[in-house]
Amino acid sequence: MHDDQQLLTWLPRLRRYARALAGSRDDADDLVQDTLERAWSRSGLWRGVADMRAWLFAIMHNLHVDGVRRQRPPMVDLDEDFLEFATPPTQGERLDVLDLQAALDLLPIEQKEILLLIALEDMAYADVAATLGIPIGTVMSRLSRGRERLRALMEGRATPVRLKVVK
Amino acid sequence: MSSQHPITEADLHAYVDGQLTPERQREFEAYLGGRPDEAQRVQQLRAQKRELRALFDPVLDEALPERLLRAARPRPAWHEQRWVAGLAFALLGGAAGWGLHGALQPQAASQLAQQAPAAAFAQRAAVAHAVYSPEQRRPVEVDAAHEDQLVTWLSKRMGATMKPPRLQAVGYELEGGRLLPGGQGPVAQFMYRSTEPGGGRLTLYVSNEIGALPAATGAPRPASGNAETAFRFAQQGSVKVFYWVDGAFGYAIAADAERATLARVSGEVYSQLGGAATTK
Repeated sequence: MHDDQQLLTWLPRLRRYARALAGSRDDADDLVQDTLERAWSRSGLWRGVADMRAWLFAIMHNLHVDGVRRQRPPMVDLDEDFLEFATPPTQGERLDVLDLQAALDLLPIEQKEILLLIALEDMAYADVAATLGIPIGTVMSRLSRGRERLRALMEGRATPVRLKVVK
Repeated sequence: MSSQHPITEADLHAYVDGQLTPERQREFEAYLGGRPDEAQRVQQLRAQKRELRALFDPVLDEALPERLLRAARPRPAWHEQRWVAGLAFALLGGAAGWGLHGALQPQAASQLAQQAPAAAFAQRAAVAHAVYSPEQRRPVEVDAAHEDQLVTWLSKRMGATMKPPRLQAVGYELEGGRLLPGGQGPVAQFMYRSTEPGGGRLTLYVSNEIGALPAATGAPRPASGNAETAFRFAQQGSVKVFYWVDGAFGYAIAADAERATLARVSGEVYSQLGGAATTK
């Protein structure tokens, strides 16, 4: 594939990961756009990049963590999601899916990123470690804690996960 | 050998994720055989992964937003974008250069705003020139000594590579640039100073919003996306503006200078644009 076109091929997967990380569509696409711009600004380095996916996801990780550190005040659009929560879900499946998103948002970012890179990208543990710049042992312990925590959040339906929606 | 390596929590996750070696996988399955609780955990973790995929995989099938497609594609520098030879070339291509420019009618400033968006654009360029060119201390936000930063910043905000043309050949050198509000979004302004003693300033004003307006070129744009390029001259007070629209971009060159000077500079900017296009 021509070098120039390769960001296009990664675009859908960058968006999927960003959506899972950032939550709202707009925030996620902002994150993707910043990632692409930073990647282009360093396009001189592409030839030396052995694993383009790890490189791109590492850029996104850094931008996202920087953004989280800046702690922008949370903003929630009153869009159709809001309406959905205002009415009781009719299908059990729908309820599960929404709960999963809410539970995911309650995970610490370090755990959430690892869970998502593995679940969505099928990334090898070593690639996750390279992407996030942490030792593989840390990947394993965070993965274990994150999965356990997510399961607990999902099972503990009494926990106020819905409150997250109006964060 | 296997019995020397006790099964760990990490093995359980690697099993769920299919990241065990075949040998280790067999060992883990043997371990799992006698432990229904652990087997159930494996099932739960697999279900959790499936649910995460089910939740976010639909994003893969969404139509990609145009702004992300733009950001992902290689970006030709704005001055390298393909130009329509047609009218632009007819106007500028003559060896004598500017025999035709006398045919371009100056328009009174008062008429400008009532005309097409391109004219409003030219007026904004003239005002921006009038506001910033007299500045002694802060004519620009980022000066030419930091041209890299200037290019990075303006390119990011404008969504296309913004590299100022070199105008030394026509007697102007770059002082720097700034971002300004345009009609709907950001506009880039590059400031040049005449290299002649006592020479004045000249600004190049670039907008990427104007090409979206069909009226900007005075004629509907062909379906190919290549707009016809028409060159216009306008004057507001002592500020003269030479402006044109090409594709997504509107360009205006403003200066309190002779019209011939402006025409010469416009020709140079144009030839840098056109020259690059022919190499593509």
